[in-house]
Amino acid sequence: MNGKTLHTISVLVEDKPGVLTRVAGLFAARGFNIDSLAVGPTSEDGLSRMTIVVQVENKPLEQITKQLNKLINVIKILEHEPGDAVERELMLVKVRAEGGARARVLEICDVFRVRVLDVTHRTLTIEATGTPDKLEALLALLTDFGIVELSRTGRIALARGDLGIKDRGRRMKIAAVGGEEWTGGGV
Amino acid sequence: MKVTGAQALFKALEGEGVEVAFGIPGGAILPAYDPLLDSKVRHVLCRHEQGAGHAAEGYAWATGKVGVAIATSGPGGCNLVTPLADAKMDSVPMVAITGQVPTPVVGNDAFQEADITGITLPVTKHNFLVKDANDLAQTIREAFHIASTGRPGPVLVDIPKDVQLQEITWSWPDGVELRGYKPTTKGNQKQVRTAVRMIMESKRPVLYVGGGVIKADAARELHRLAVDGRLPVVTTLMARGAFPDDHELALGMPGMHGGYPAVTAMQKADLLVALGARFDDRVTGQLSTFAPEAKVIHVDIDPAEIGKNRAVDVPIVGDVRDVIAKLHAELRHRQEEAGGVPERGHWLKTLKGWKKEHPYRYEQPADGPLKPQFAIERLYEHAKDSIVVSGVGQHQMWASQFWRFSEPRTWINSGGLGTMGFAVPAALGAAAGRPDRRVIAIDGDGCFQMTAQELATSTTEGIPFVTAIINNAHLGMVRQWQELFYGERYSQVYLSHEVPDYAKLAEAYGCVGLRAEHPDEVDAVIEKALSVTDRSVVIDFRCDPGEMVFPMVPAGASNDDIILGPEGLKPVNDPAEAPVA
Repeated sequence: MNGKTLHTISVLVEDKPGVLTRVAGLFAARGFNIDSLAVGPTSEDGLSRMTIVVQVENKPLEQITKQLNKLINVIKILEHEPGDAVERELMLVKVRAEGGARARVLEICDVFRVRVLDVTHRTLTIEATGTPDKLEALLALLTDFGIVELSRTGRIALARGDLGIKDRGRRMKIAAVGGEEWTGGGV
Repeated sequence: MKVTGAQALFKALEGEGVEVAFGIPGGAILPAYDPLLDSKVRHVLCRHEQGAGHAAEGYAWATGKVGVAIATSGPGGCNLVTPLADAKMDSVPMVAITGQVPTPVVGNDAFQEADITGITLPVTKHNFLVKDANDLAQTIREAFHIASTGRPGPVLVDIPKDVQLQEITWSWPDGVELRGYKPTTKGNQKQVRTAVRMIMESKRPVLYVGGGVIKADAARELHRLAVDGRLPVVTTLMARGAFPDDHELALGMPGMHGGYPAVTAMQKADLLVALGARFDDRVTGQLSTFAPEAKVIHVDIDPAEIGKNRAVDVPIVGDVRDVIAKLHAELRHRQEEAGGVPERGHWLKTLKGWKKEHPYRYEQPADGPLKPQFAIERLYEHAKDSIVVSGVGQHQMWASQFWRFSEPRTWINSGGLGTMGFAVPAALGAAAGRPDRRVIAIDGDGCFQMTAQELATSTTEGIPFVTAIINNAHLGMVRQWQELFYGERYSQVYLSHEVPDYAKLAEAYGCVGLRAEHPDEVDAVIEKALSVTDRSVVIDFRCDPGEMVFPMVPAGASNDDIILGPEGLKPVNDPAEAPVA
């Protein structure tokens, strides 16, 4: 991926009209590619949570999180360090499974512990949940049989440990030579 | 008390202390223009919404208050896009109110409908669509709060026509509580101590002062810090006036067309203290060779600016006035402990030498042609106490170079966005906000023709100002680049000295029109212009089209390669070698 890595960011936002456009627009305007974006309500009324997977180098990620933080409707941003979060994705995939192929597809489903939701003479529709790695591995195997269509939710994530996103301090790292931190909200 | 949404709007604007608004009515904003008749808010009827937007900006620059522009839906709002983008780039506090088609037909391609919150999303600090008049007062409060606090910027409030007509019970909200918006204003004391230690150790420090110092009204604090610390100061295009140009520690403007002392001081510095500045490409030139030996202390209220372009040694997030005051107190303390200001005689002497050896220069031949710099210098000698507004291009650079600023909010221009046509309407706004001061727009002939219609506003509304057109018959800055980097192949830059006849055009707008074509005429024409106080004046300075702005650091080049004058030019005949703008 020519030096670029995938980063997962959780963004707690006010559930206001246009907030998705504001967030997505910011990424587009600053030239970032969103790999996936999942959004849904939280346990608190009026707040939504977005999980954004973005392909970037380290420094520009700092710039984008700072710019995100400036959006009035953005309450909190959390960048998940690799291994520091549980991440899941849901995928629905319709795969060709005729004749002898059917048993082999079902065998794969069994190994991956995924469920079959719909069966026709020609296809199986499968529901798979898991880490992005697991889904990629499953998909690689199913591709051989012929994928009719595919729908993925994009990744969602929660940090490991006791704290919720709202409990965390408003601390963000800043690009100081000494790695100083500042305490700050939106601007 | 029962009121309509439109009445609530003006009660809210009055509640926010709005004195002047600039705008143009139209279908979807009609209900709001009725209670305006009974309101304390003065409405200045502009001739184009872009003019109204820039006027609101000029007002904000000159007064420090939030500028207000009002427009109708669709084309009205669309015409505000340029001023909003300009205000976003230059952190100008501004609230735009737009009418919108009635909520039942929003999204229906109704007459004069445009998704203005969608369109202005990337060019505003924030925007609102008000769907219920009960939310109007709260929304206006939030809009003014967002526009004027933190890093200031433009906020747009879109109000559908039926919401303006909706009847509600009036109530004025106590305050504003925005969960996602809590700017950090107080600088971290530990960081301040680290910064001061670095200043004490520095042999070649420079205070790199940006527009934030003006926005934060921190000129007095800056003066104390510079004088007590014996710290030399550069003031960027956005910060002209933040520190007096005639002060011995003043080095003037840095950047692409900055002076040698400011540009080179930054290049040779071992410490840059950036105060409300953002390391813009027009200041740094080629980033990799910019100020190579300097450590950086960066003070800004916007954390996203810190480390964006240049790695920082000591970041301090906060209101620059608070931080400068803290830096000053800590520095005095440390200097007392150390028994005085650190010894930097050599550095200060070097800077003084550069100022003496490399001033801005030009030659005015006695028999003409008239040089733009001469016209501006004479204007300055006659009207030093004025507020100066400029457009964008050569005249802007000359105005910034040759005017000697002595106080903040006396220099108004379009910096970040580089909006041609800014000067006339912004001067209108500045004059409306500061009737006690003379306002002079120094404009280019290309710029002037983009927004000259606001001279009509100036006449009918009785808001006089002087416009000095540096008429070089060209889109001068583009011409300069074609001369330098495109082998003198002039493409689409000639405008003509005579068309339009600017003096006659001024008269047509009810202003006084004057002209100077020869250096001998300049003083008399300026005196005549300044003697007029009851209406606007336009001076057509017919200048030498061949004059170029120097010094110059070509775009993308290193600041070490500053070109001081035409004698330093190397001919470039291959456009492929031209620098990237």
